[in-house]
Amino acid sequence: MKRYSDLEFLKLSKGQKFTYKLVSFFASIPRAIGRFFLGIWNFIKKLGTTIGGEFADIYTTFKNGDWKTRSSFLVMGLGSIARGQVLRGLLFLLFEAVFIFYMITTGGYWISMLPSLGKVGPHEEYNEILDSYTTVYGDNSFKILLYGVLTIFFIAAFIYTWRLNVKQNKIAQEYEKAGRKLKSGADDLRSLVDEQFYKTLLALPLLGILIFTVMPIVFMILVAFTNYDGTHDGFNNALFSWAGWANFKTMLSWEGGGNVYSATFGEVLTWTLIWAFFATFTNYFLGMFVAMMINKKGIRLKKAWRTILVLTIAIPQFISLLYVSKMFAKNGIINGLLLNWGWIDQAIDFWGSTAHNALLPRVMVIVINIWIGIPYLMLIATGILMNIPADLYESSRIDGANAWQQYTKITLPYMLFITGPYLLTSFTSNMNNFNVIFLLTGGNPINAAASSAAGSVGYTDLLITWLFKITTGAGAQYYMASVIGILVFVVVAVISLVVYNVLPSIKNEEDFQ
Amino acid sequence: MNETIEKRSMGLKASRTLSNTIIYIILIVMSVIWLFPFICIVLQSFRIESTWNVNYVVPKQWGWDNYKALWTSDFKTWYLNTFIIALIVAVIQTVIVLCMSYTLSRFRFKLRNGLMRFMLILGMFPGMLTMIILYRVLKDLGMTQSNAVPGLILVYIASSGMGYYVSKGFFDTIPKSLDEAARVDGATRAQVLNKIILPLAKPIVIYTILTAFMGPWGDFVFARYVSFGTSSGMNVAVGMWNWLTPDMINQRYTMFCAGGVIVAIPVAILFMCLQKYYVEGVTGGAVKG
Repeated sequence: MKRYSDLEFLKLSKGQKFTYKLVSFFASIPRAIGRFFLGIWNFIKKLGTTIGGEFADIYTTFKNGDWKTRSSFLVMGLGSIARGQVLRGLLFLLFEAVFIFYMITTGGYWISMLPSLGKVGPHEEYNEILDSYTTVYGDNSFKILLYGVLTIFFIAAFIYTWRLNVKQNKIAQEYEKAGRKLKSGADDLRSLVDEQFYKTLLALPLLGILIFTVMPIVFMILVAFTNYDGTHDGFNNALFSWAGWANFKTMLSWEGGGNVYSATFGEVLTWTLIWAFFATFTNYFLGMFVAMMINKKGIRLKKAWRTILVLTIAIPQFISLLYVSKMFAKNGIINGLLLNWGWIDQAIDFWGSTAHNALLPRVMVIVINIWIGIPYLMLIATGILMNIPADLYESSRIDGANAWQQYTKITLPYMLFITGPYLLTSFTSNMNNFNVIFLLTGGNPINAAASSAAGSVGYTDLLITWLFKITTGAGAQYYMASVIGILVFVVVAVISLVVYNVLPSIKNEEDFQ
Repeated sequence: MNETIEKRSMGLKASRTLSNTIIYIILIVMSVIWLFPFICIVLQSFRIESTWNVNYVVPKQWGWDNYKALWTSDFKTWYLNTFIIALIVAVIQTVIVLCMSYTLSRFRFKLRNGLMRFMLILGMFPGMLTMIILYRVLKDLGMTQSNAVPGLILVYIASSGMGYYVSKGFFDTIPKSLDEAARVDGATRAQVLNKIILPLAKPIVIYTILTAFMGPWGDFVFARYVSFGTSSGMNVAVGMWNWLTPDMINQRYTMFCAGGVIVAIPVAILFMCLQKYYVEGVTGGAVKG
């Protein structure tokens, strides 16, 4: 593709400018992806040198260390205690003791079972007292996977702490040699509310995120590689085991028996993207439009209009959306009123219980989402529009610009520049907008062509609601849900990366301070 | 000459009046559309001649029967559950979010950028994915079904650190020189936070409390998972959703309306009172991305 300089670009006609921008946008996508992989490669390279450096450092620390340092390699914290840093030393020692105790009592078992996910399943065994066969439960695959992952986390934490302990000893030894005073336990505690206050503040939130977000995500990624489902729940009916890439093949391959899944996935993904596009941009432009109308000079009762619209934010969605979905039901108020007024002869099937009527429900969810979404955008746009300097409009009017020109040349560019990142996040969160779809249609009408795929997919189902449907019921295919979850992540990540790399307003966060 | 100017200004005036009239018409139509469902829900909650979904708006017979029926149903339990959850979550979540956002805004430590990037990536995984395992873990801890309330509180607050973006954006706008001046005068970091930043951050504190309080009223999916058919562990969203399933709707439709009114009124009033802070938070969040 030919690149123009700024001057050449200005000479182009309007259409040429537009095509040039469009082409250069798409041309930059491969570069952005390339940069992404280059970033990963650089990261790996950096990681390699860091790890090498760490090992070299550990080696020299041991070689040059005195007995206090060397003994700490085996018994953590010994060196610190010997040097008078009792609090630190005791904490290290305690951690090591807990770790060893845990690994011997239970941790070792979980790790050793991880490759097989359990050997003895539930089975019938002869019971002499009852004189009959009873079910005896064996290993628990679910717990093995869960605690296996936790144990691996714990081992990683131990390695990190051990390394910290070695580093501490090295520094302390150098301090001793130079004759400087070491930090006492009281100093350590004081620094936790001062220099290292961030550690105190972050400890609890990060612990919560680690246990309730990171660990479950790691677990669910692993589940995608097993056959964990309603009939292999790991304890009560059967063990589950590793399945490799089989589930991904079922979901994505275009040949053989997996055909239904890949076709369904394609269909649902397409609708998800269409939905996210319309849900984001209809709200964006209509919300901006409403904000401009209310802000216009000479319009009275500004506050009252805003308050009325904001009602949809104030009232919990499950009430408003569920109620609206019943209003548009075949026997609901809307149909009733239209029939009473004689505008229609028979009730309109807004939610399309029959398969041939998939378009209307899709349009309906987008339209009702406008009802929910406009108020947010109105609030946001109001705040931003007020920040546009009034003299810009003033001078453009003197130059003879009309309202439309003012909008396209001043308002819109300003809005787009400021809210670029917001548009991206709102696009991705619309892709995962469970509430609107589930409460309005529940994903219906049912897509008959996809009936042999798990979870009875419907025409308004997003990937996220499909995922939810798969995880409910007795035949829940948790592994398929995990596969969908991972694919959603991939789609969101790719979109975010590409958009972030071509967005003009990636700003330096320090600029604001 | 004067005449033409007069004519032009009159023309301008006329076109402005015209465009304002059009805007008023649009706004009135929009208000009707926005209010219609809420007016319907209030009117239907007073309808006593039938409990079905009907095709007219104004009830033929008025009465408090639906509200009385709510009082004798499990609705009380659900309401109390949700209220307790919302209250506790509002307090703890606010503390966690403020810790997180203040730290990421003010401190420059080694892993800061890595941490923020990591959380951005974590946020790209659909939250629904983790429900299965969280449910099983809560079940092992005995925090499901009739004990669902503590379980839900635990899960809501545990991951709340992820939602630090909006308030971090706010903290970023408070000049750093304030901190530095206080530090020069000998204040510790903890004192800077308590005595200087928090008083200035009142709007964002209120915004965080408000959103944290409103969240649990609408949570539906995970709450349904955790309470799993046990009425005493449900929140209002799960309980009332069941009322609109095909086999219940004909008996419970008007009760749903009454319940909706009872749930919406306090939340909406609270929201309207604190609207100013909400607007500040939302706008700031969008601008900072």
